[in-house]
Amino acid sequence: MLATTIILPTINYTAILPELIMLGGMLVLLGLVAVIPRDFSTKTYAGLTQVIGTASLVSSLVLWHDVAAHGAFQAVAQAVDVDGFSVFFLVLVSAILIVAPAFAADYLHDEGIEGAEYFILALIAGAGAMLMGAANDLILVFLALEILSIPLYVIAGLNARRATSGEASMKYFLLGAFSSAIFVYGIALTYGATGSTNLADIAAFLSRNVIATPGTLYAGAALLLVGFAFKIAAVPFHMWSPDVYEGSPDGVVGFMAAIAKVGGFAAFLRVFVSALPTLSSIWEPVVWVLCALSLIAGAVIALSQRNIKRMLAYSSINHAGFILMGLIALSSRGVASSLYYLFAYSFIVLASFGIVTVVAKANSGSAEIDAFRGLGRRSPVLAVFFAIFLLAQAGAPFTTGFLAKFYVVSAAVAAHSYAIAVIAMLSAAVAVFFYLRVVLVMFSGSETEDAVGTPEQHPIVLSRWVWSGIMACAAATVIFGIYPLPLINFARAATLLFR
Amino acid sequence: MPVSLPAIPAIVTGSLASQHAFPYLTWLILAPIIGAVLVVALPKDLVRLIRSITYLSSLAVLGITAAVIDQFSTKLAGYQMTSTHEWAPGLGISWSIGVDGISLFLVALTAVLFPLALYGVAPSRNVKAYSTWMLLLETGCLGSFVSLDLMLFFLFFELTLIPVYFLIASWGHEGRNRAAMRFFIYTFVGSAVLLVGAIALAFLHQAQTGVLTFSIPQLEMTRLSGTEGVLLFLAFTFAFAVKAPIWPFHTWSPDAYAEAPASGSIILGGVMAKLGTYGIIRFDLGFFPHATTMLAPIFLTLGVIGIIYGGMVAARQRNLKRLVAYSSLSHMGFIVLGAFALTGASVSGAVLQMVNHGLYTAALFLLVAMIYRRRKTFEVSRLRGLQNLAPVMAGIFTVVMLASIGLPGLNGFIGEFLILSGTFTAHRWWAVVAVTGVVISAVYMLWAYQQVFHGKVTEDERAAAFPEISPRERLVLVPIVVLIVFLGVYPKPVLDRIEPSVNQLVTHVLQIDHATPSAAYHSSVSLKLGK
Repeated sequence: MLATTIILPTINYTAILPELIMLGGMLVLLGLVAVIPRDFSTKTYAGLTQVIGTASLVSSLVLWHDVAAHGAFQAVAQAVDVDGFSVFFLVLVSAILIVAPAFAADYLHDEGIEGAEYFILALIAGAGAMLMGAANDLILVFLALEILSIPLYVIAGLNARRATSGEASMKYFLLGAFSSAIFVYGIALTYGATGSTNLADIAAFLSRNVIATPGTLYAGAALLLVGFAFKIAAVPFHMWSPDVYEGSPDGVVGFMAAIAKVGGFAAFLRVFVSALPTLSSIWEPVVWVLCALSLIAGAVIALSQRNIKRMLAYSSINHAGFILMGLIALSSRGVASSLYYLFAYSFIVLASFGIVTVVAKANSGSAEIDAFRGLGRRSPVLAVFFAIFLLAQAGAPFTTGFLAKFYVVSAAVAAHSYAIAVIAMLSAAVAVFFYLRVVLVMFSGSETEDAVGTPEQHPIVLSRWVWSGIMACAAATVIFGIYPLPLINFARAATLLFR
Repeated sequence: MPVSLPAIPAIVTGSLASQHAFPYLTWLILAPIIGAVLVVALPKDLVRLIRSITYLSSLAVLGITAAVIDQFSTKLAGYQMTSTHEWAPGLGISWSIGVDGISLFLVALTAVLFPLALYGVAPSRNVKAYSTWMLLLETGCLGSFVSLDLMLFFLFFELTLIPVYFLIASWGHEGRNRAAMRFFIYTFVGSAVLLVGAIALAFLHQAQTGVLTFSIPQLEMTRLSGTEGVLLFLAFTFAFAVKAPIWPFHTWSPDAYAEAPASGSIILGGVMAKLGTYGIIRFDLGFFPHATTMLAPIFLTLGVIGIIYGGMVAARQRNLKRLVAYSSLSHMGFIVLGAFALTGASVSGAVLQMVNHGLYTAALFLLVAMIYRRRKTFEVSRLRGLQNLAPVMAGIFTVVMLASIGLPGLNGFIGEFLILSGTFTAHRWWAVVAVTGVVISAVYMLWAYQQVFHGKVTEDERAAAFPEISPRERLVLVPIVVLIVFLGVYPKPVLDRIEPSVNQLVTHVLQIDHATPSAAYHSSVSLKLGK
């Protein structure tokens, strides 16, 4: 069969407006940098990024209204889904891009990393994460994955003056490239087995046909699983994350951690729940093992960490295990609980790393646990906020952290996965311990006599940028913890609209 | 494909019912939170203002509790002063609170002990953090007792852990870090299992009724198969057994009690231990009557072992605070015994004894703290002849000690008598063995009293001043002693309020156990809804 003409699809631009705003805004920043004679300060770029994020948030909400009024639809030759699920991620990613610059602006300035590079890269990564949630085609999933990942490799190596930053970037890139290759191979095998890369077509094909020799399909699904597991840093594909988190520039780790998880899980959930549900008896046990390993290893290894960035990296692995529980449940409740967890996690992790950044800076770059000793006396308000975020990660009542854990555990129990629910809660018990250890060090560390020898510590001065970021994340964590109704409804509606 | 879709999430709250004119119970929970927020907002140098706010909010709780007791009707067996608001409807969680005869006096106990602990044994350093944690802890305890929603109960139950951890770890004695860590891990593991069990119960209920809810009265109507009932019973009971603690889940408790600061020990032994036994009575009996009846002999046995073991270990202690800690463990065994004997008298006795135990345990920890403040030691061997130096303190110690031994006319007697007589009718031999616990407690208590308060005082010791109790200390101890004597002489007003609820609960347990499932289902429905 000869294809004589390339048929270009009609493109409904409003359907991908938030992504376009991200990329368009990125181009504006890029053009600006080219034409202005002298660089603006990082704060100006941070402000512009927040404006772009806000514009994208507004257009996402308009799209939500559209979807709510007229139902889900597909655009761009059935490659992009516009449904509650994708809009949830549009909103979440936009919100992350509003908050994240607040933590980076000062840090980049102080580190002498002037210029718009970080913000340009962050906007590209944001667009990639958005597409991950919207992609309805494995090819687009792969493109989105690369659009998300490549800027992150660069961001990890942004601090060219520190060798650790380069090392982190190199590690991230090598392992990331490797996993991308595996992922592409997975796409190829899946295409070979089902004859399509469109998720809906794959699902339809698998529900209509019985595949006599399913080896190719299973191999394809397995390779896709490995690719996603790498992105979300699920054990045993997590090796990169503690090193990358530790080596990357402090002020951007929170963003990297949030956006990579959000993007990774968006496509992970979409592909496995909407394209491969008929294979669930095959992949569910595998995901179960990944989930259990992440829960246990994340919590147990974090116990022995003395560096807070590494500790948070391992605790993120534990969180990934919790989010995977929603996938294991394989129900709309399960997916909704994963979405709720991702939302809660994003803001908590942004703020946690943001606070680690300022504390490390005040302790000549050290993020060891000792840097936090006596923080409660040195900067009580900051210490209280950090305590709130740590306790929220631990699942303390009346924060989003508790409801997130409650939600995924209840989804697992509803699916009769009692064992994983118990494993998860026991891992939470272990996790609580290392979060509390930090809180305890902050508040009572300087009471002991060995603190007498330390020099007089000045209170840590925070800029308005960092404060605004912390306040925004704290509001998201506490308000939705005490009054979760809007967020729960949003997550539930997002999965109701799940095609 | 057009699907009917929900609109953009709107902020909607549904107020289902607010039967009472003034939301006493909501304010009961809010009062300490408001105090805590004010304390957090104040600079830490304003110690006196912080202290005043702390006292005021805990006294406000006491005042509201008095009003609640006043409003409480003795004729009703069900929950009173209930108020319900939707909280997270998609998840089945609601803000639902109320009291009945079982929780009423535990609320009162909390309301009485917190101001006394705050006023009696306040540490001098880091007052701001201390006051915040104590007020949060009070909220957690009160919230647990008045929750009518299982998940709300769990939230408050969890909320108590964090303050106690910090109270032990920041203001405790030498072994504080280890003790705090053990306390936290043991109880959190218990809660982890409880959470899974609670969610599983709610989904079983949903499978039967189509409604996802954590409402306690509604979950009591869930019909469970034998295995489901036993597994869920074990999940719940594990959490409560750790909290209470029931032997052999007690290993965290002597350390935590001994290493905690005085106020921490008072709240741990006086109030928080009751969360465990309250949980057993409220949830095990309410949700799993069949499993409870079936497994009761095991827990009766554990209760009796706890009584004897706690008493024998207490008798070997040479550290006064540890002695009180083990004695507390031993006496908790009686409450466990009463709860699992499943007769009206024994369960009523268990509820009453929770209050009694809270009062005299708190008083003993207070007295031990006062001795420590003067002599900087808990070692019995280094204390002698205090009766000569501080006769009033010795007198108060005598009353409290006799109450704990169970002397007729003091409060410990009534509770233990009801428990033992109730148990005797249903499970004779356990009651017979448990009685020996009373004798053992007399042995070690009298021994301790003799060592500490009797004996000749050397000139050196006389020189090292041991002041008589101060007016402030008197102000703390006298209310407890008054309550100890009052409850010992005239427990009727308390029992009148406890008994209707307990009798209804015991009927619920026995009917479910003996009647056919459907008959039991209907009778329990009508009983529970009967207001």
